[in-house]
Amino acid sequence: MATNTREAHGDLVLENVTKEFADFTAVDDLSLVVPRGSFFALLGPSGCGKTTTLRMVAGLEQPTGGRVLIGETDITGTRPHERPVNTVFQSYALFPHLTVRENVAFGPKRRKAADAMRLADDALELVQLSHLAARKPGQLSGGQQQRVALARAVVNQPEVLLLDEPLGALDLKLRRQMQVELKRIQSEVGLTFIHVTHDQEEAMTMADTVAVMNRGRIEQMGPPERLYDLPQTAFVANFVGQSNLGVGRIHGTDGDFIVAEVSDTKVRIPKQRSEIHDGQVMFGVRPEKVRIHESQPVGTGNDVRAVVTDVSFTGVATQYLVTVPSGANWTVYEQNLDVEPISLRPGDDVWLSWDPTHAFGVPVDEDGRKAALAEDGA
Amino acid sequence: MTTAFAASAREAGDPQLTPPRRGGRRRGWTPYLLLVPGLLWLTLFFIVPLVQLGSASLQSQWPGAPGYYYRDVNVGNYVDALSSYGVHFLRSLAYAGLATVLCFVIAFPLAYAMAFKAGRWRNVMLILVVAPFFTSFILRTIAWRQILADDAPLARTLNALHLLPGGHITETWVAVVAGLTYNFLPFMVLPIYTSLERADPRLLEAGRDLYADRLTTLRTVTIPLAAPGILAGTLLTFIPAAGDYVNAELLGSDTSTKMVGNVINSQFFTVLGGYPTAAALSISLMILILVLVLGYVRRFGTEEVL
Ligand SMILES: Nc1ncnc2c1ncn2[C@@H]1O[C@H](COP(=O)(O)OP(=O)(O)OP(=O)(O)O)[C@@H](O)[C@H]1O
Ligand SMILES: [Mg+2]
Repeated sequence: MATNTREAHGDLVLENVTKEFADFTAVDDLSLVVPRGSFFALLGPSGCGKTTTLRMVAGLEQPTGGRVLIGETDITGTRPHERPVNTVFQSYALFPHLTVRENVAFGPKRRKAADAMRLADDALELVQLSHLAARKPGQLSGGQQQRVALARAVVNQPEVLLLDEPLGALDLKLRRQMQVELKRIQSEVGLTFIHVTHDQEEAMTMADTVAVMNRGRIEQMGPPERLYDLPQTAFVANFVGQSNLGVGRIHGTDGDFIVAEVSDTKVRIPKQRSEIHDGQVMFGVRPEKVRIHESQPVGTGNDVRAVVTDVSFTGVATQYLVTVPSGANWTVYEQNLDVEPISLRPGDDVWLSWDPTHAFGVPVDEDGRKAALAEDGA
Repeated sequence: MTTAFAASAREAGDPQLTPPRRGGRRRGWTPYLLLVPGLLWLTLFFIVPLVQLGSASLQSQWPGAPGYYYRDVNVGNYVDALSSYGVHFLRSLAYAGLATVLCFVIAFPLAYAMAFKAGRWRNVMLILVVAPFFTSFILRTIAWRQILADDAPLARTLNALHLLPGGHITETWVAVVAGLTYNFLPFMVLPIYTSLERADPRLLEAGRDLYADRLTTLRTVTIPLAAPGILAGTLLTFIPAAGDYVNAELLGSDTSTKMVGNVINSQFFTVLGGYPTAAALSISLMILILVLVLGYVRRFGTEEVL
């Protein structure tokens, strides 16, 4: 078993993987399938278990429960060098005693590739660093080191390439550049990339599939657009983009809509867009879907009074912070399309409205309450 | 600091804030001022005695007055010293080399365990490594004479098993090398431990992630990362061991295990008229070690050491 696990190929499968450290569960019964050749992003707050998950895939940590498979091959319990998996470490972890070329050739040499040095040169060309091949890692900039780390992993053509916040240390401009480069390399070599980040924008722009992780579990997984459009938990609603949330009670239905009462206002949520169909529900709508009016709009039905607390002009848009009757702070983005924009100031009474087809309903859980509270406190 | 401040002051365009030239000049002198105490010390206690030793090694005896010398350039001292005591040189190098290898073999696993496996026992182990220094070097070596003595359990057991060809451990080269190894072990352990402890464990993980099994990772990552410590440790062991005479004196025989240090010692302190020979031996030993060490550092040295 040990010798041929390195030849395993196919989708990466995690089955009920759990990792317990003494009395702490870092990864809790996690199951997922990453299709071969896809770009998968693991998104979540600090300490939610992203690195631990990657380490279990790499074999640097063994799960306390569950299985890790590549295709049909069970690689649980095998050593890191027996897996067709390579990691681009958060800290790069380049070997300081070897040149850039030797660093990249390290993997091929261990696998007894006859043309290790040529492979290394090709990989360095891929990351556009051929001219620095003879340098030591200490003589490179952060971005260059990051590309060496990438070349050192990619050169092995692993089934699965793990990237643990590899762009974390870079400035914004370099980060954007590297994102494009990473995406290019991924489509060029066609490997399965698992990219860990806590930058939601990075995850959304790069990945085919994004999994949002929280407290050792996956809260929701799907294409970025879907994650944004229809969050299934309050945590996702606030971690991926921003959401205006309110706790309500479901009163009945109206055609394809659920009607809920959120602090004395009736709101409607499309039936297919709500996880909850009776009892308590967490109502949500994205800030850019909300319109702001100086007087009560006619005919929409989905409106709520509010008081402006802050106005910030950002050029293409204006961001309003408003307080709704429940006491929660909501955010509203208005695109500055009109020649004469409405001029509102803190303290003004306004009306908010939105197209009810954009609303969503998620379960009321601790995270949701906390998120709503956090907005209150803002 | 000063330059950053100067730059920002210049940008601000405030001529009042431009630091006076004296600041720059003072910075130029500081390193030399800092060197003065060390240079004085070195001159007094190293350069002067060295010159004296060099001139002593070239002196000649007053004919018919043993113990009296006159200034000369008598290269014959070196020829005599090296031809009569060449074997002691070789022995010193062999014993010191063997002790260095043994020290490394013992120290590396110990340092590795301390750096990566000891957890909360690490400090206890460190103290244990250093603890022998609380007792005198001579006393500890005398203790080894007891441990290796003919009627002590070790020699008796080996004799009972007919595993000891000569019947003794003391008075043999084995005892001398064992003593050297014991006495210089901490000088090997500490630098290796320091460099291993500084090595980033994520580099070792990177090695395993890149298809190196444990042994290959040790060879291709861990040991190269510890190279500065290994280099320092071997030098700190080999150099004093090659010049040592206490171990050969206390644990070795009077004839077959004498090292250069013992010869120098007796030429200086017991043989009448041995001064020039002793000085010539000392200078030769110094040059020999210097050449060996330079060659070694050239071959294995890393930028961090040189
Ligand atoms: N060896 C360990 N022993 C005990 N607890 C650990 C260990 N490694 C990680 N943890 C805990 O497991 C949790 C998840 O850690 P992990 O490193 O996977 O977080 P992460 O999602 O990568 O966070 P970040 O974004 O900050 O890197 C953390 O609460 C951490 O304290
Ligand atoms: Mg992490």
